[in-house]
Amino acid sequence: MTRIPILQMGDCLLVTIQVDLQDRAAVSLQEDLANKIESSGARSVLIDISALEIVDSFIGRMLAGISGVARVLDAATVVVGMQPAVAITLVELGLSLNGVRTALNVERGMRLLRVAAEERVHDPDA
Amino acid sequence: MTPTPDAVELRVETDIVICRQAVRRLTQTLNFSLVDQTRMITAASELARNTLVYGGGGEMRWTVVQRDTRAGLRLDFEDHGEGIPDLGLALTDGWTSGGGMGLGLSGSKRLVHDFVIRSVVGEGTCVTITRWA
Repeated sequence: MTRIPILQMGDCLLVTIQVDLQDRAAVSLQEDLANKIESSGARSVLIDISALEIVDSFIGRMLAGISGVARVLDAATVVVGMQPAVAITLVELGLSLNGVRTALNVERGMRLLRVAAEERVHDPDA
Repeated sequence: MTPTPDAVELRVETDIVICRQAVRRLTQTLNFSLVDQTRMITAASELARNTLVYGGGGEMRWTVVQRDTRAGLRLDFEDHGEGIPDLGLALTDGWTSGGGMGLGLSGSKRLVHDFVIRSVVGEGTCVTITRWA
């Protein structure tokens, strides 16, 4: 099984999914990311799915799971680069990706994470 | 049972990926639009996982179908598992007998033009989907 690499840039973890995602690889990624957030103290996670040709309910559940776990570990997650055909199919399938923040591309995703980080600085209770 | 050449075995998890790749190839050959390719592959992915997880494995068979001048792709997902006692319930959004989200059957139904499910308790389940190019 191919493990999805996790890159660290400052306090941000970057994941680019480049392969047709096997179920087990998706589950491993969720666990690996949780461990990496804990060990690195990362405050944000950016997941690039622009190379993903489909997102089915299993992969969708994994993305929601990552966002949820990261939030509990005090890190913000953004999923970027979803192909239009994937977005259309996802909505028709009935998956709304509740609780998952998305952005059109990496640049907008990074901006979103920066804003989230600044809000945290200005509001210590957040 | 020996699968025919126009079939993909669904025995292990990696077979889901192989199934998706086969459906992509088929829909491309039939000149499906990108969105229609994605719909069909996603539906196949859901049903292949159901065959594996709930049906204990089986196979996907494919047939290129023709209606007037229109070509289509028909996929059959068959298992010899426990079968589904209540099809109405199984087709309800959000209902699941396993750990999933309960979108496999109901969701994939929305992604295709034709959806037929037959299930006999104790004998197995066969889901047939068709999408026209």
